[in-house]
Amino acid sequence: MTATAAMLEIKDLHAKVGEKEILKGINLTVRPGEIHAIMGPNGSGKSTLSQVLAGRETFEVTSGQVLYQGQDLMALSPEDRATAGIFLAFQYPVEIPGVGNMHFLRTALNAVRRKHGEEEVDAMDFLSLIKEKMKLVEMDQAFMNRSLNEGFSGGEKKRNEILQMAVLDPKLAILDETDSGLDIDALRIVAAGVNGLRRKDRAMLVITHYQRLLEYIVPDFVHVIAGGRIVKSGDRSLALELEQKGYAWVDAQVAGAPAPGARP
Amino acid sequence: MSETSQALEQLTRQEYQAGFVTDVESEQIPRGLSEDVIRLISRKKDEPEFMLEWRLKAYRHWLTMREPTWASVKYSKIDYQDIIYYSAPKKRQALNSLDEVDPEILKTYAKLGIPLEEQKRLQNVAVDAVFDSVSVATTFKEKLGAMGVIFCSFSEAVRNHPELVKKHLGSVVPYTDNYFAALNAAVFSDGSFCFVPKGVRCPMELSTYFRINAAETGQFERTLIVAEEGSYVSYLEGCTAPMRDKNQLHAAVVELVALDRAQIKYSTVQNWYPGDREGRGGIYNFVTKRGLCAGYRSKISWTQVETGSAITWKYPSCILKGDESVGEFYSVAVTNHRQQADTGTKMIHLGKNTRSTIISKGISAGRGQNTYRGLVKVQKGAQGARNYTQCDSLLIGSQCGAHTVPYIEVRNNTAQVEHEASTSKIGEDQLFYCRSRGIPEEDAVSMIVNGFCRKVFKELPMEFAVEAQKLLMVSLEGSVG
Repeated sequence: MTATAAMLEIKDLHAKVGEKEILKGINLTVRPGEIHAIMGPNGSGKSTLSQVLAGRETFEVTSGQVLYQGQDLMALSPEDRATAGIFLAFQYPVEIPGVGNMHFLRTALNAVRRKHGEEEVDAMDFLSLIKEKMKLVEMDQAFMNRSLNEGFSGGEKKRNEILQMAVLDPKLAILDETDSGLDIDALRIVAAGVNGLRRKDRAMLVITHYQRLLEYIVPDFVHVIAGGRIVKSGDRSLALELEQKGYAWVDAQVAGAPAPGARP
Repeated sequence: MSETSQALEQLTRQEYQAGFVTDVESEQIPRGLSEDVIRLISRKKDEPEFMLEWRLKAYRHWLTMREPTWASVKYSKIDYQDIIYYSAPKKRQALNSLDEVDPEILKTYAKLGIPLEEQKRLQNVAVDAVFDSVSVATTFKEKLGAMGVIFCSFSEAVRNHPELVKKHLGSVVPYTDNYFAALNAAVFSDGSFCFVPKGVRCPMELSTYFRINAAETGQFERTLIVAEEGSYVSYLEGCTAPMRDKNQLHAAVVELVALDRAQIKYSTVQNWYPGDREGRGGIYNFVTKRGLCAGYRSKISWTQVETGSAITWKYPSCILKGDESVGEFYSVAVTNHRQQADTGTKMIHLGKNTRSTIISKGISAGRGQNTYRGLVKVQKGAQGARNYTQCDSLLIGSQCGAHTVPYIEVRNNTAQVEHEASTSKIGEDQLFYCRSRGIPEEDAVSMIVNGFCRKVFKELPMEFAVEAQKLLMVSLEGSVG
């Protein structure tokens, strides 16, 4: 028995899109308070994993199991996963013209609150809440009255994702390449926002291509994904090693030995 | 079908909510159209001679015309001899107060959310209720009368203000204008009339609520609004009809006249019965609407939310004759199932420094076909004319269509004309993004569609903007399958 129960347990997860199998047996356990970094080359299945966890229907889960707080996650709709405390920060946040940023966020928060039998937040209370949270990502209030992500720069979109996360207060946050397309200043702001949201009872999956992000958001564990499987796990030093040696190094290692978690 | 589209389908599978029939005794004339029928209609309405003559001239002209075929809509040929041209609920005598209106009719309007009884009236909205061929009630007449505003049924205007009617009737849409306008001129039975005198800002929204009840009748109403120098009026019309298997023709004409510095804001929430999922029944909504900005700095704004009708064919237009006059057109047109819409506007720039704005939002779902057709014409003398056109289409599902047909004719080289167009799909991306934030799918669709229409909705009078949003969701019933 471990001291803390797992928040997320992924067991031998297989998923495909169309006829193409992308996840080929993922195993991963995440406990509250932990930050897990998931690294890997393009096309390795990192983003697919994040989308499968959030419930995207493009992907079909063919076998395996995902338990979230002991519950079968795959049985839940995307909105139910969200209200249960899962948050995905998108790699490419979506633009919705004509829908105000603030309106969107309040609708989302109230959907979560309704689900938990809590009273909805009115516009005035929401305004004071959002003002507070916006400081975290150094966002200007002008953003709130603009259409959701419409005409936002790459960095603004990513900050907006972290702002949403701060407002929705998830238990498990999945950050899908939150560092992509950011210059160094924006990266610092976003990372500071994420660090500000670290908590004992909150877990995070940080998906990234580069070691750079992990200098700011320091993970407890690093996993390397390749060919739809986690092929190597370790602590922070793994990320550094990976950066020095490149992904080819992982490929070479994998070629020799069966991947951990593969079916016998 | 994916889980997504199933949920979408369920959420939007709301029935047309105005589809009931009122059981009321009505007086109808035999079906068919002839000079005798026109004489009969005119006699029933106690019209002065000039009206009958105008009707007959229109009818004779109509006989020489051909039904237009240029719109991209398809329907089987209309048999004009198979339509009943006049149907009115029976009543004792002239109605002096609402108490004399058939309680069944009052109930009908209450059910549609338009309570006509004095005590329950909408605050600040005067209503003229047109039931089949006749106006059954107009509220707030006295209050408006005190300010010199005339708001009454068209028939009443013909009887009580013949000089005003004679002066303006057909001045913007002559009976020779087009096939359906000619037909309307020959057989129109009622409608609303509004006159706002010089310098008066009409203190409340004026509104006409059109209801088709009888089967196999056509509805031909005419609305005439005249705004004198420096006056302002905001007018809204709403329309519903019962669900019936057979198509019904609605051919209306609206004429607006704005003199110097006058402003007319005309809003439409059109919810005629659209037919069933397979395209059986529904209203053919063939309407001619035109406003004349006759005076210096006059302004006419059309805002329309078109969710109903099997077929919509209408182009609310502005003739910008007065120098520095302004024309605006804001439109949301929805076609779901097998609905078809060919709609847009015409902005005719005649005066100097005239300006026009066109914002059109077409939403197609099911097997709906939606065409924006618009003309921007700048004549030689229209020095410094400006137009801005934005027309966007939103597709829901993969069996619908959106088409944009802009016509631009510029004869003055100082004119500036801009046209922007876009077509997008409610993406799985957008839906998933909303859902991943905990927003249920139905709310997400509603949010995305409303966002798309926001520029138009904000032009509607406040009282009706919320209604229009709800209506939009009802009409997107079963929109993905």
